[in-house]
Amino acid sequence: MFTFVLRRALQTVPVVLGVTLATFLLSQIIPGDPTDVLLGPGASDEARERLRTALGLDRSMVVQYLYYLGNLAQGDFGQSFTFARPVIEVLADRMANTALLAFAAIALASAAGIAAGTWAAVRPGSLRDRGLTVGVLFLNSMPSFWLGLVLILIFGLHLRLLPVSGMSSGDGGPLNLMAHMLLPTVTLAAWSLAAIARMTRSSLLEVINSDYVRTARSRGVGEARIVLFHALPNAMPAVITVIGMQMGFLLSGAVLTETVFSWPGIGLAMYQAISTRDIPLIQGGILVLALAFVAINFAVDVLYAYFNPKIKLA
Amino acid sequence: MNAIPTRRSEPSRPVLEVENLRVSYGSAQRPIHVVNDVSFSVRPGEALGIVGESGCGKSQTMLAVLRLLSGSGRITAGRARFEGQDLAALSARQMRRIRGHGLALISQDALSALNPSMRIGAQMAEPLVRYDGMSRGDARKRCIELLEMVGIPGAATRLAAYPHELSGGMRQRVLIAMAISGNPKLLIADEPTTALDVTIQAQILRLIDRLRRELGMALVLITHDLGVVAGVSDTIAVMYAGRVVETAETDRLFETPRHPYTRALLDSIPKLDAPADRRLQPIAGLPPDPLRPLSGCPFHPRCSHAEPRCTDGLPALEAKEPGSGHLIRCVIDPWRAAAAGGRTSGLTGASRP
Amino acid sequence: MTTTRNAMPQAGDEGIVVDGLKVQFPIRSGVFRRQTGIVRAVDGVSFDIPAGTTVGLVGESGSGKTTTGRALLGLAPVSGGGVRIFGESQAELAARPGALPRTCQLVFQDPFASLNPRMTVGAALSEVLAVHGLAGREERARRVQTLLDGVGLRPEMADRHPVELSGGQRQRVAIARALAVEPRFIVLDEVVSALDVSIQGQILNLLIDLQRERGLTYLFITHDLGVVRYVSQRIVVMYGGKVMETAPRDRLFSVPHHPYTHALLSAVPLPDPKAERARARLDVRSEPPDPAAPPPGCRFQRSCPFATDLCRSEEPPLRPVAADHLAACHHMERPEVRQALTTATQGVSA
Repeated sequence: MFTFVLRRALQTVPVVLGVTLATFLLSQIIPGDPTDVLLGPGASDEARERLRTALGLDRSMVVQYLYYLGNLAQGDFGQSFTFARPVIEVLADRMANTALLAFAAIALASAAGIAAGTWAAVRPGSLRDRGLTVGVLFLNSMPSFWLGLVLILIFGLHLRLLPVSGMSSGDGGPLNLMAHMLLPTVTLAAWSLAAIARMTRSSLLEVINSDYVRTARSRGVGEARIVLFHALPNAMPAVITVIGMQMGFLLSGAVLTETVFSWPGIGLAMYQAISTRDIPLIQGGILVLALAFVAINFAVDVLYAYFNPKIKLA
Repeated sequence: MNAIPTRRSEPSRPVLEVENLRVSYGSAQRPIHVVNDVSFSVRPGEALGIVGESGCGKSQTMLAVLRLLSGSGRITAGRARFEGQDLAALSARQMRRIRGHGLALISQDALSALNPSMRIGAQMAEPLVRYDGMSRGDARKRCIELLEMVGIPGAATRLAAYPHELSGGMRQRVLIAMAISGNPKLLIADEPTTALDVTIQAQILRLIDRLRRELGMALVLITHDLGVVAGVSDTIAVMYAGRVVETAETDRLFETPRHPYTRALLDSIPKLDAPADRRLQPIAGLPPDPLRPLSGCPFHPRCSHAEPRCTDGLPALEAKEPGSGHLIRCVIDPWRAAAAGGRTSGLTGASRP
Repeated sequence: MTTTRNAMPQAGDEGIVVDGLKVQFPIRSGVFRRQTGIVRAVDGVSFDIPAGTTVGLVGESGSGKTTTGRALLGLAPVSGGGVRIFGESQAELAARPGALPRTCQLVFQDPFASLNPRMTVGAALSEVLAVHGLAGREERARRVQTLLDGVGLRPEMADRHPVELSGGQRQRVAIARALAVEPRFIVLDEVVSALDVSIQGQILNLLIDLQRERGLTYLFITHDLGVVRYVSQRIVVMYGGKVMETAPRDRLFSVPHHPYTHALLSAVPLPDPKAERARARLDVRSEPPDPAAPPPGCRFQRSCPFATDLCRSEEPPLRPVAADHLAACHHMERPEVRQALTTATQGVSA
């Protein structure tokens, strides 16, 4: 298992390099002269030249990329114009908020999705099974910003039960934070919940009809144990893959949800950065999201191997 | 392990009685019958072979007994009794108790019959710890003992293995060890050797036979190959298209097979002593589709002895010589004369050296 | 009846010649997948298949029989020795695009796994014709019908999907697909093992008829000596990557010399309760040797009741016992071994 984890970790190295190359090239292909942005259109040619030399923009692309990598390694992601702070600081604050929202959403989606999928799969064709299918279709066909707005209307404006914007109000505190989190979490989780429930159901149905489940039944093992200890673990690899993919979607879905709920996360920052053409912040945001994606995939593969002993040999 | 005297020294109550069993799939309005009017009984320690081609209902019969039919499969007529109790009338809890302790199952493909993500020891011990109240330590000892009984060397180290780490023969042995872990009264082995090499097949068959004798279990051995049951079973039931077409004690059945289908099955086996240049004698065609049942004897389209009257209605399963225990479902009975002139001694039971 | 591309073989035509074939796979392990060992799946195997005949290659899982068959078709790496196919080296054939698959074909044990479940039988067959450029669009449907007819399937089968077919019918489709390119040599790997005994004969008889009609050359791979007897002129017995014994069919069954052949013979179930109870057996008790670390000496030593120190130190060479009959055993002439093998064949071979 250790060798497998190490080998899989090494495989992420080229991917990470590829991502940095892509964000580096992003700054190269975006039209416009960076000195325009930094010095304003009225600056003298001499001042521009000095700044180019200072920023290393007169060197070859390869050298510039190596400098870029070197800066990244030291945590230097550049300076955000909009926030007038280093990108890394902006992102670090925001990342925590986004991570909080994303993990809450994936936890909700996984727990509710696996539970709902299992609940439907143990009685295939029953009323509850058909109910789940309809529910999945319903959740899948609702855009998240629309669902967010509907929730705001119902719970925020109509029932006045929950806050609809930001992370805290008044004196704050954990309960206050949770109240603020509730609607964005549900909004963000809805789509993933449906996908996870559907995959759990189909994967579990296949496993429940397998020979080894019949073996366990033939030895007098009870249905609840069979579902929880024989069927679910073998259905998990497919479900974990879907959860991993959903984590990626959640990170991108966060842009919309955070904007709707004014949640101060990376998504909202990216939205602002894009509106103001804050290139270093866009670069940094993409890089962080991409690295998060790589990390999630790595975690999924390790979990996959844990549930499927055959993988470790391969 | 103490050997329990097993042979039927006195008439005893059957462990399993199956009476006019019918198994159906599909809706109640348009049922598809895959098992029809099947009856047999198995006494303690006795071995019954159920033989027939794929789709003849042999596995469905035994899955119905275990109440492990999948999908819409259900018993629609007749009954199955285990030690006198009607299995269909038991609660789910009572049925679970009988599975494992009363009835045990060995399936064909051990790789898919073992949970791929559980270690061997964990799978084996599960019912022992959960339902039989054994401590983990005792269960572990018992598992090692079971693995040794089925001839797995280095049993203690195998407990930590996953199924895919074992060879096909080993996996089948593990499955057998699991089946006997609850000291069942009746072992149901569904094609236990079909997926294995011939050399391993022979060993697994003799292992099942030996355990049956040592543990005093009754056995139902399901197979498509009459050669496989020859050395193991006391009695044989040959099934075709969901029905028993011939049943007799093993020696008698092999000496004087009476149903054309049984003959055809025997002729189809590649033999080591037949002239090699002779062609094999497979059974032509295919068994009937259960969706389109035939009128009359279901075997008549493939039967070389068929006459027009074979389509007139389903022949009854009957003893042509009263008291012989040799029942056939055929109106023609082409080998009647040969059987009458043959031996009659096989009726007293299969006592073996 | 189709006309075949290839003329019927003449006596003396060179068929398949396997000379000292070795197939080895590297074992890689650790973080950097460095090679840490070598699996000798096939370790110096030689035999000939005269054109138009069948050799039965018999052994159990791990004997290297399947790998041998795949190596002949260029589907496993040949690490040593040579393979000649109808007078040409395998390398020469492989160098000409398409030549190897058009000469040699493979049929597997499980046709269900090798047939695309979404394709009709007709589509699967016509795809092969299209891939090899063997028939124009219009001609394909007709050729598909000819192929189906050749394997005893009714024309309407062309519209069926694999799930709608019985095991025997699927195997017929797999054979038709192999025949589509009009090969001269077919490797048949456990083609009847998954079928009911009652219909195994249908497939075996079909294969024999096809061979007679078209002069095909077969390598028939199986674990079952009972089946191989009906189709082969010659039998090669493999164990642990090596040939244990090879002889003409009738000789192998009447005077087997290797204890492993004895074990295989005594494992075939007899459809006769009395003979079955009475017969003497030789069990293959232990698992086949680890092909990554075979023991010194004879590969069969751990399962052999006659093994001595000699067997544990020195590998027995494959040596002649009679004309055209070779076996690899130090002790095959010893009286007790001969005695045991003679009893084994009593009631077994006529």
